[in-house]
Parts: sequence; structure tokens; C-alpha cells
Amino acid sequence: MRLICPLCGERDLREFVYRGAAVLLQRPAPEAGAAAFLDYLVTRDNPAGPNAELWQHEGGCRAWLRVVRDTRDHAVLEVALARELAR
Amino acid sequence: MSRLASGGQIDRSRDLDVLFDGRQLVAHPGDTLASALLANGIRLVGRSFKYHRPRGILAAGSEEPNALVTIGHHAARIPNVRATMQEAHDGLVAFSQNRWPTLGLDLMAVNDLASPFLGAGFYYKTFMWPAAFWERLYEPLIRRAAGLGRLDTAPDRDPHEKAFAFCDLLVIGAGPAGLMAALTAGRAGARVILADEDFRLGGRLNAERLEIGGQPGAAWAAVAVAELAAMPNLRLMPRTTVTGTYDGGTYGALERVSEHVGLPPEHAPRNAFWRIVARRAVLAAGAIERPLAFPDNDRPGIMLAGALRAYLNRWSVAPGRRAVVFTDNDDGWRTARDLADAGVEVAALVDSREDVTLPEGPWRGHAGAAITGTRGRRGLKAVRLRDRAGESWIEADCLAVSGGWNPALHLSCHMNGRPDWDAAIAAFVPAAGAVPGLVAAGAAAGAFSTRAALSGGAAAAAAALADLGIAALPVEIPEAEDAPTRIAPLWRVRGAKGRAWLDFQNDVTVKDVALAARENFAAVEHMKRYTTLGMATDQGKTSGVAGLAVLAELTGRGIAATGTTTFRPPYTPVPIAALGAGGAGQGLAPQRFLPAHDAIAEAGAVFVEAGLWYRPSHYPAPGETGWRPACDREVGHVRNAVGVCDVTTLGKIDVQGPHAAEFLDRVYANTISTLATGRVRYGLMLREDGFVMDDGTAARLGEMHFLLTTTTAAAGQVMAHLEFCAQCLWPELDVAVLSVTEHWAQVAVAGPRSRDLVNDILARPVSDADFPFMACGEAAVAGVAGRLFRISFSGEHAYEIAVPAGHGAALYERLVAGAAARGGGAYGLEALNVLRIEKGLLTHAELHGRTTAEDLGLGRMIATAKDCIGKVNAARPGLSGPRREQLVGLAPLDPAGQLLAGAHLVAPGADPLAENDLGYLTSACHSPTLGHDIALGFLRDGRARRGAVLRAVCRLRDRDTACRVVPLPFVDPEGGRLRG
Repeated sequence: MRLICPLCGERDLREFVYRGAAVLLQRPAPEAGAAAFLDYLVTRDNPAGPNAELWQHEGGCRAWLRVVRDTRDHAVLEVALARELAR
Repeated sequence: MSRLASGGQIDRSRDLDVLFDGRQLVAHPGDTLASALLANGIRLVGRSFKYHRPRGILAAGSEEPNALVTIGHHAARIPNVRATMQEAHDGLVAFSQNRWPTLGLDLMAVNDLASPFLGAGFYYKTFMWPAAFWERLYEPLIRRAAGLGRLDTAPDRDPHEKAFAFCDLLVIGAGPAGLMAALTAGRAGARVILADEDFRLGGRLNAERLEIGGQPGAAWAAVAVAELAAMPNLRLMPRTTVTGTYDGGTYGALERVSEHVGLPPEHAPRNAFWRIVARRAVLAAGAIERPLAFPDNDRPGIMLAGALRAYLNRWSVAPGRRAVVFTDNDDGWRTARDLADAGVEVAALVDSREDVTLPEGPWRGHAGAAITGTRGRRGLKAVRLRDRAGESWIEADCLAVSGGWNPALHLSCHMNGRPDWDAAIAAFVPAAGAVPGLVAAGAAAGAFSTRAALSGGAAAAAAALADLGIAALPVEIPEAEDAPTRIAPLWRVRGAKGRAWLDFQNDVTVKDVALAARENFAAVEHMKRYTTLGMATDQGKTSGVAGLAVLAELTGRGIAATGTTTFRPPYTPVPIAALGAGGAGQGLAPQRFLPAHDAIAEAGAVFVEAGLWYRPSHYPAPGETGWRPACDREVGHVRNAVGVCDVTTLGKIDVQGPHAAEFLDRVYANTISTLATGRVRYGLMLREDGFVMDDGTAARLGEMHFLLTTTTAAAGQVMAHLEFCAQCLWPELDVAVLSVTEHWAQVAVAGPRSRDLVNDILARPVSDADFPFMACGEAAVAGVAGRLFRISFSGEHAYEIAVPAGHGAALYERLVAGAAARGGGAYGLEALNVLRIEKGLLTHAELHGRTTAEDLGLGRMIATAKDCIGKVNAARPGLSGPRREQLVGLAPLDPAGQLLAGAHLVAPGADPLAENDLGYLTSACHSPTLGHDIALGFLRDGRARRGAVLRAVCRLRDRDTACRVVPLPFVDPEGGRLRG
């Protein structure tokens, strides 16, 4: 599998580390309460299809990336800098 | 000898020194071991897996199921090498396998007599009782009797390699389709890789007597290969099998770099495993012929018809004197013609089809006929013909069989693709789009004529170029044979008694498949596992389709509905040594060395690996045995004089920016923003789930500039976490985070005389008043701009000095020399660990991911006035309170009692069982300062149990030590030594 890092270009999978679901980008406000944090941390969809994920270009520019990947065939549909999306 | 007088693609001017079971063979460059064996009249080359049946060479390519041999001696020997894939070379030594004592007289052949008891699934039925016998008796017995070659148990010292390549178009197979695809793409200027498992490119063109554009096919192929070899944008990879397809246009390939030479060139690996990333690929892997299933169809001398042509035409070998051809399709006729033209007597051309007009030739044609049996234990002697006239025996030492051809579509199925059944050619063909970017062409796509292969290859390449936006030049398709595929598949000869083999390598017969169907293992994947059909090292290349076709007949479902089993990588066996190249021993594993590594090594330190780092464990002095005396002495340096330790391994993270303080408040549990410039604070980081991630220090070097330290173990994790926080959670904060672990060498100087020692090398000496505990700042260190921190991991008055890494060794050497002059010296990791346990300080033995701040007695560090990562979840019920195991200190009641990390705590009267478990020890050591063992551990409701007496039980080392819960730290609880 290969990913196109928005900063570095197309690179081999082994330069990247999978860091979980892209849900992690939406950290609840501190006052949102325990249930919201539990959802944030634990509750995950398990789609057969496009899935938004967080990856880090650990062996490269170290950017955190939001990757939309089709879980059925590993087709990478979208790669964006998490920093840009979170802004 | 059965080498023909002339012809073939071998160099008769040279003889090669080749041994098989100790017998000298006459072989020439261009030969495979298989062709050399046949040329030397050797037909019996192996014994079958289960029944130890005598077996000969069936095929001419990588699909060979029978002719498995062991190459070489001792540790370098390689078992299960297909003789058809092993090139002959000077010094080649091959041995037959799975026979005892010899190939000719194999006593294990008694298995064949027992075959009625050894049918499919026999081990599930026969060896049932008593149950305990299975593991101890039956299985070892069966394993010893069955099997293939054996590996040597000594380590394999041969070098192997991993390699990487990229291209626009990967062409898999260099037959007519592959060559045309490569020519089309190569001429257009695309970056092309052409890989073929053979050492001679050309595929079937080398095996047939076909013409292309008026010249012999092999000659045309040679011209094409010469043109390709001259292209700078094209890489020819002979002896390279593409073994698997993976996501994103990635292909695995095994290149046999030096298996074909006696003495590999210096530094040449034996094999290289390639990872090829291709934007597009053409699968031109050709097709594999199917044998026919009739009684005793496994005797040496029975060969695939196409393989027989290959031996005749390419290697100029006549595999017999009197041949019979048995076919269910037109292609088999070619073998009769080629045999006759080569001067081999063809006794009969037997075609199972009723309504067919057989070609004229010097043979007797039998349409609507079949072979129903054979004779000849160690080599074929006669075949039994059943035709309209009845049954009769024909003397023959060679039988060519053709059951039609299966496209070699395996690579198209590696990403869950299922092939389509094409009834017109009675074969599965690759499903379009089964692998993104891969298109099949030629015989691999079911287009079996030469002309169709040439045009298919060119078209596939042109389509790939168009996809890639590369302009293709028109390519002329040369004239070639364009015969239609005519076949009436004969999956098994009916009405004939005896065992008819489907899978030669795993000894699976039609009867076994029938048994599977009868016992309701009728799904193709169940049948496969019940009978083991297709599960041998050849993965059913010659048996898979025939097996499922027989199953389809028996169940009446039809072949398309029965479907295939799943093809998985690798296409052919790949040595683990090639996949793991660089992984044995130190291999390619990175190593991290301290700046002072050489000086530390020179001082005689014993090193220990900490992650990738190499750190000194202890520095044995003359006369000291083991680590304990050295460790105790080094602890004494620090407690009584001054010790020096390279602590560069600690993670160092530079945090700068207008929002740096705000950022750190959010990632640390405690407040950092209130820290004054020039001061250091202990900091605790939580994970978002509320457990402790790491601890360390935060030093404020300026209003907008912090330097964090992390533990050695968590440096990478903390760095990634801070990057996540900065990039993903709070991109609005203007803060930059950078790892500077490698940039700064850092040396700890600890002990009552540490101030005197650091003042030796500081341009501006420090005093306790102007540089108190937890102070930090820039410092000129022996003329170098460095940093000074008054922090301590030993509980002593201590400093850490940082200088740019290049000066680290010099700094370390000066400090060690100074320490020695003051009655101290260097200390290693063992002493460092003892010092910190004596002070109750934490490492990842305690911060093991399941402990909370509350567990560690640090609950009050979580600031109430601000949010931080993990704060909400740390407050979850269940993460605090008396049911939790809390950090405690433990000391043995008897000063000689031993405490061991990993021991579990139980009440004095309780059995040391899981239900009585009260906690466990995480760190333990002998304290030279106190003169007895001490330990840190986690004890249920531990803080309330101070003074309690417990047992620390270690079952691994059989220790059961009475101990008491004592307050932390063990040494200097008031901290006078630290602050003073």
C-alpha cells in the first residue's frame, strides 16, 4: 500500500504509522462529560467501505494525516493534513 | 543416453560437472537439472509424499510436482528444489528425497501397500484412540514417514537480500505476449520491468517449433530480447518469479541471483526478494498444462505433452524410445508430430474425443479412446488402451498426456479476485479488474494461439500506456500460428479400476475426492482441506482445476458453480531467508550509540540494550565478578562522592512559540505556565484515557522556550503525542515541537561533591544560592555553549550538563576524570536504577500503561484549574479508590530476604493463588546504602496498609519472602541531600 503525503509525495506504507480513527480529531470540550469522552476514545464505526483514519508520516515529515481508505480494497481515496482540517 | 544428435538451446561444447545421488551426469550449459537427468536416461527421480511411489519428471517448469531434490550439503543445503527450475552448473550436487535407504529401494514404499488405510482424512479416523497417543506417537510417526526434503538445523550463512524497484509497467512473463508488451511499452519510452522465472526469456517460443514472422520462434524471441536489453528504460529480470500482488500496485518477486552458479561472485546474495511498485502491470505468465486422471497415471515416464515438447525442442532430449500420446485437445497432437520428427517412435495417438479427425502421421490414431492403466514400477513399460475395439496393452516407455491448459492466473487472484470459467477453452480465465492496474494477456488470459499472444500483449501494453498518458508508437504484430483452441475436457477416465492421481505431490487421487464428496466435504475449500489436494509446495498448479472439476462432476454442480479455491501468495515457494533478509542477528537493525560510547567501552563497561540504545550497565573493576560489586561501588560513588553518567538517551523535546506555555499546560497534568524562566519542574503526562503516559522535566529556558525531557523508553511515543496535540487538536496554538535528543549530549553529575566537579569546567561557577535545586540556564562549559540543569534522578545534589552532541565525548571524559580525582567515578544503568529505587522514583516499570496518577500517589498533580489531556477520563470511577493497586515501598523482614521484580504479593496466611493476589513488585534491587533488598510495587489499597506484613512470592525463581510495606523514599526521606 502506498500513501500520498501532501508534503512529501507518494511514499511506501512503511514510512507511515496508523494512529486510529479520524474521530480523534474531534476532541470534546472538557465540560462535555465522561460519556462524550468515552465515545471519543472508544466508540468506533467499522464500515465496509470508506473509512476516515489518522496516519502519521513518522518516517518522513512527521505530519499527521487524515486518510480516507476503503476498507474493502485498501484504495486510498483522500489524504489531507490533519492540521489543515482541524483549523 | 537419450540426447538427440543435434539441436536445442544448449552449449554442447562444454560439459558441466553435475552429480545426482553421487552419479556423474553429462550436462551442458543451458540444461536444467531435469533436462540433464532425462538426457542421462534417469527417469526415477523422487518418491511421493505419502505412498512413496516412484516418481519421474512430469513438467518442464515451476509447476513440477514430482522432481523435488535437495541441492548442496550441510547448512547450505536447500530442500525441495524443483529439478525443472535448477540450472545445471559446474559443481551442482543434487540428492533425491523422501526415500530410505535409496531411491531405487525405498522401504517406506510399504505405505503404498497400506494405501487403503491412508485415504483422505485417514488421520482423523485411524489414529483416534487412545487420545494421548496422538501427540506422542501417531503424529511424530506420520510426520517422519511423510514429507519432503529436510533442512539442516545449522544456521544458514548464505547471504540474501531485499531490493526495491519502481516502474510504469511491470510485465510478468517473457513469452510472446510478455515480449510484445515489453517491446510496445519500451519503445514508447515507459519505464518497464520484464520479469520471467526462466533463465532464458521467450517462454513457450523456446519449447515449440513455431514460426514468427517467418523465423523460428526462439530466434524471434532472441532478437526481441536483444532489443529490450539495449533499452535504457527497460530492466530485464530473468530468474525472477513474481510471487504476489499487493495493494497499490505492489508486487513481490523472488530473484534467484546465484542459484545457477557453483561459486557465487563475492557479495552476491543467493536470492533477492524484490518489492516492485508498478503503476500498471501485464500478466503474461502463460498457461500450465493439465495431466489426465487414469489409473496409475503417476509412473516415471508419464509427462505433460507440452513439457515433452520442451525437452525435445529446447534441450534436445528424447525422453523415451517408444511413446504414446494421450490427449483431449488438439494441442496434444503437436507432441506426436514433434516426437515423430525427432525420430522417436510414436506408437499411438490416443484422443478421448469421439468426433475428431486425427492428423495423419507415422502413428496409429485412436479417437474416442483412453488410456486405462499402466505398467512399470520404476518406469513406464506399457499402457493399456481402451478403444472401440476393446482393451489392449501397448509397449511404451514414454506417455505424453494433455488435459488442456490452465491460464496461469494466480497473481490476478491475490486480492480476492475470483476467476471466470470459460467453457469454450475449458479453463478459468482472470476476471477483469481483479487487481487494479493489472491486465492479463496471451495464454494467461486464455488466448492460447501465438498470434493471439503477440497481439494481446501489445494491446495490453498499449492500454496501460494510454492510462498513463504515455504516447505509444504503433507496433506491428508479426505473422504467427493462430490455431483455435479445441478441447472436450476429460477430467477423469471412467470405468477403469485403480487409483488415478490428481495431486501428484500430495498423493491425492480421484478416489479421495470422491470420498470427500461422499462425506459431505463437498465445498471446494472443504474438499481441499480434507484431501489436502493443492496444499503441497506446488500449491496444486497441475491438480487444482482437475480436482475441482472432478468434484463438480461427482456433485453434479458444474465447474463454474463449484468455483476455485483461493490463490494466495507466493506463487512459488520463497525462502524465508529471502523474506527475512537483513533480519538475522544484528542484521540491518539500527543501533544508537551514546556520544561517549567509545570512552565508555574503553573503560571496560558492560553494555546493555535499551531500545535501540546501547548503555553501560556497569563498569567492572579488576577483581570484581558479576555486576553486583561494580553496581554497589558505583552507587557508593554517587552517595559518598560524585558519579558521572551519560544520560543522552533521555528524550529531549524543544518546545517554542508564543503559545508554548499554554500548550504545555494542556499536555501536562500539572501547570507549567507558572514556571519562571530559569526553573525546572517535574511534569506528568497522561494519556487521553486517564492513565499515565510518561513523566519527565520541563525546563523553561525563555519566555517562549521550553525543553522537555522524557524517559528513554517513551521518547518516541511522547514526541508523536505532542505532534498529534499540536497538529490535530490545537492547530490554532502557535507552537513548534522538535525532537533534539540527538542534538544534545547530556551528562549527569551526582553526589555530594558534584558542585565542585561541575565548577571545574564551568566558565562561571555556580553556588547553591544562585543555582538552587531545580534551576536551569545557559552555561559556558569548557568554552562550549551548553546548558546546565540542577535536577536529580538519584536523590543526591546533582546536575545535568548538556552540550552539542559533538562535544559529548570530551565532556564525559573530563567529568569522569574529575570524578575519579574526587573519589568517585562513572556509574552505569544498574547503579542508576538502584539509586532511583532507593528514592522511590519512577520508570516505565511503574509507568507501564495501567497505572494512574492516583495509583502512583501523584493524584494531586492533576491541576484542578485547567483542562489537560486525560483529565476527564482520570476522574472515571474505578480509576481511584481502595480497590486500586497503589505504589508502595517494600522491604524484607529478614535483611537477607530476597525481593524480585515480578513477584506477587499475598497475605501471610494465604495461598499464592490468583484469587488471593494483592499486587506485584515492579522494581527490586539490593540497596547498598541500606544493606538489604528493597522494592517498589503495587499493592491493593497500599497507602492504607503501611506497616503491613506480606509475602512476596516469585514462582519463576521459587522465592517466598516475608516483607513489610514501608514509606517511600527509602533513602533521605526529608530530601536534605537533594536540596542541600
